[in-house]
Amino acid sequence: MKKAVALVVAVAAFAALPLALKTYGGYLCTLFCVVLMATFGLNLTVGYAGQMSLGQAAFYGIGAYIAAIALKAGVSFFIVLPTAGLACFAVGLVIGFPALRVQHHYLAFATLGFNVLAFLVMRNEEKITGGTFGISGIPRPTLFGLSLDGVLPFFWFTLSFTILLIALLWWLLRSPWGRAFAALRDNPIRAESLGVNITAYTLLAFAIGAACAGFAGVFFAALVQFVEPAPFHFSASLLMLLAVIVGGSGRFFGPVLGTVVIVLLPEWLRFMQNWYLAAFGFAIVALMIWLPGGILSIPERLQLRKSTR
Amino acid sequence: MAELLQLIVSGTAAGAIYALAALGFTLLWQASGTINFAQGDFVMVAAFVMLWFMKLAGAPLWLAFLLTCIVAMLLLGAGFKYAIVNPLIRHGVIPLVIATLGLSLGLKQVVKAGYSAEAFPFPSLFPAGQLTLAGVSVSYADVGTLLLAGLIVIGLQAFLNRTVTGRAMQAVAQNTDAARVLGIDVNRMVLYTFLINAALATVAALLVTPAYLAKFDMGDSIGLKAFFAAIIGGFNQTRGALLGGVLIGVLENLVGFYVSPAYKEGVALMLFLVVILVRPEGLLGKAEERKV
Repeated sequence: MKKAVALVVAVAAFAALPLALKTYGGYLCTLFCVVLMATFGLNLTVGYAGQMSLGQAAFYGIGAYIAAIALKAGVSFFIVLPTAGLACFAVGLVIGFPALRVQHHYLAFATLGFNVLAFLVMRNEEKITGGTFGISGIPRPTLFGLSLDGVLPFFWFTLSFTILLIALLWWLLRSPWGRAFAALRDNPIRAESLGVNITAYTLLAFAIGAACAGFAGVFFAALVQFVEPAPFHFSASLLMLLAVIVGGSGRFFGPVLGTVVIVLLPEWLRFMQNWYLAAFGFAIVALMIWLPGGILSIPERLQLRKSTR
Repeated sequence: MAELLQLIVSGTAAGAIYALAALGFTLLWQASGTINFAQGDFVMVAAFVMLWFMKLAGAPLWLAFLLTCIVAMLLLGAGFKYAIVNPLIRHGVIPLVIATLGLSLGLKQVVKAGYSAEAFPFPSLFPAGQLTLAGVSVSYADVGTLLLAGLIVIGLQAFLNRTVTGRAMQAVAQNTDAARVLGIDVNRMVLYTFLINAALATVAALLVTPAYLAKFDMGDSIGLKAFFAAIIGGFNQTRGALLGGVLIGVLENLVGFYVSPAYKEGVALMLFLVVILVRPEGLLGKAEERKV
């Protein structure tokens, strides 16, 4: 109960935060929510189902391009959103099936390659995607006749959907499906002998994670109102994966912390420029060596040390 | 016809370089269960160290190469093993994969931030010009690359199969416990694998950089193709890496010429997906058993 209250207070404080910030701060808060959708989805794949996915940015990009093209053509945002999610779910099934049928670390290679390929399509198919010039002038949605053009309304709209998506994932992980995900992460062969169809469940977890990135992409397109290939390069996938790991993979709120590290921290550390990423890379190595469970595992570690002393 | 032959020859030369990187990758996997996502960046680091020796110390190419071999074996071989792999290997595959991903990011950004984001030309080992034989003309660089890479692969095979040390390394790869019982110094054999991997990365850098130019992100594409080559050929077979590399190199060239150069980079993924659908253990690989 105490935790629930703390959570509500934290969300309310975050919702009120952009009131005190300038336009750019509001934009960053919205971007934070957008990336959060993608990293929560990835946490389901990586943290709960135990599958390495290195292609989250490709799904993010597919969602963004679908949104850019459809929204410009005048399709309603509320049709585009589920369509993009479904499209990413379907593509996730197609990419994941061959890899997961064999060995689970093959998914890492398949998704990495898929991200490279998706980036090439975005950059080369100028007729559809606008190539390196991208697509600009993407309209923002209206809700019950209210325009969401302003920074604040769009932030609240994005935040609401993010909370909805996170609540759905929370429910999913507490359903028998979610339990099966964790079972096959911890011991796939035992899970299989207990009647869990490994391939079907890992595939499902991966595809749901991909669909979350698709939703995130739609919001990204509407937020920035301009899409080009650069944000969907596979280095963005790596950053998302690192966000999940840094926070602590398999911990429900791990991605929140991780997303702060990849979205907000670079803004504060702008003066460091490229050195920031270099330090980040080596920090990941150090984190893995000293704290394989991520930042959120620190309290447990301290407790363990106390009890063994 | 001549055109097709030319494409195949130059594709084989490119593939031989992928094979070198893939070979190091498979050796590491076999001996220590390490999937090294920084493999491509090792090639990049070796290229920049070589450039540095040539530019600042004024060393000729061969000397720079030898010095870089030593630096790479110390840092990317022994250093990598003791600082990163040894503390992480007992946690399983995933933490090590994440750590090598972090290492890959770190190495790239250190070169970008600390040196330059530009692409630098790199001297070729072979003379410029073409060799024409029965209407088919191939560049000296392609022929030289093919010969040198082929020689190294054959030499390595001979080392692994014919010498006592090489056979001990294979024994460690096949069954670590049994090898230890037989009195093989497992730790030392694994260290040798890491040293060989670093040396192979340096050779790959020497051969690939004249065509790719030395750039902080040049390792991305090489690393990706090395993984795919290793899996296509069979992760647990040294020969497989060679076959996979050459297949990717040739197909890339054919697709680049006959279909579209814009999608050359996607060939390796397609081939990978087809191979794991049809023959999951790789073209030359043996199926591995799973343990609970």
